[in-house]
Amino acid sequence: MSNRVPADIMPGAYEEERRERLSYVIGLILALTLTAGAFAVVWLDLLSGGAALAVLGLLAFIQAVVHLRFFLHIDLERSHRDDLMLILFTVLILLIMVSGTVWILYDQHVRMMP
Amino acid sequence: MSLSERLHPGINLAGTDPEGHEAAEEVLFGFWIFLMSDLVLFAVLFATYAAMSVQGIAEGPGPAEVFDLTAAFLETLLLLLSSFAFGFALLAMKYRENRRSVLAWLLVTGILGVAFVGMELHDYYVMATAHEATPQVSGFLSAYYLLTGTHALHVSSGLVWMAIMAIQIAVFGFDKRVKLRLMRLALFWHMLDVVWIGIFTFVYLFGVAS
Repeated sequence: MSNRVPADIMPGAYEEERRERLSYVIGLILALTLTAGAFAVVWLDLLSGGAALAVLGLLAFIQAVVHLRFFLHIDLERSHRDDLMLILFTVLILLIMVSGTVWILYDQHVRMMP
Repeated sequence: MSLSERLHPGINLAGTDPEGHEAAEEVLFGFWIFLMSDLVLFAVLFATYAAMSVQGIAEGPGPAEVFDLTAAFLETLLLLLSSFAFGFALLAMKYRENRRSVLAWLLVTGILGVAFVGMELHDYYVMATAHEATPQVSGFLSAYYLLTGTHALHVSSGLVWMAIMAIQIAVFGFDKRVKLRLMRLALFWHMLDVVWIGIFTFVYLFGVAS
């Protein structure tokens, strides 16, 4: 892709394009770092047992937030709170469903023990 | 211009296409509702997998025996770079409306996506032949193939959608509708990458670490 400014590009838009590109690049760097960190925990045996799982879960959560912020452009601006509300509500439903399923099935599993 | 600069998440067209920007708010919000309900589908599959991967191994192999972390890492990189490339395709659409650069970025995105699906199919092949880990062996493997298979199917349908959008761009140019469709495809693509974070962490890394 050429770097010259096309004749029909709006004034000021060029600067903005650079800013938006930078946002994607920052997102990519953060995501790569977090991914590498998560795999390093397992590959290099940095932690074990529950501590490893907790750190992996935390890294995944942070990376999901990075993706939402830099790739999907969710932020706390007032103009699109609706979308944020939608996401937060969905996350609440997800947590209830996932934790409820895991809890109940684990409980059933324990009761099935011979 | 009285319109807010940012009406919705994702790339906003304010500044380069005010008319498209205004039309985008409603359709993109609707698409977010679809994305969130799709996320609920994945959450249920994750919950099933979480229970099955611990309690449903039966006589079959466990997660640590069948998963190849190197492949999972490469797949993660492919999908992440593909998501990144789509971002640049959208910026080329927003600021330049240059067909060739948008199509070039879409091609990069698509090739990375095809490589991702190809690697996953190869993973399945290795698991089924080298470890005899087919879906019917245990509840854990059924849940694994169902979860990753649903994700791979989403990525594949995203690729078909991408091919259709490439044709629409070539035929119609940057019509308002074409732009809005491409913006929705971008949201879909980025969201699949978010789901993949869950898969590589809770399926592959958790499976090998615990």
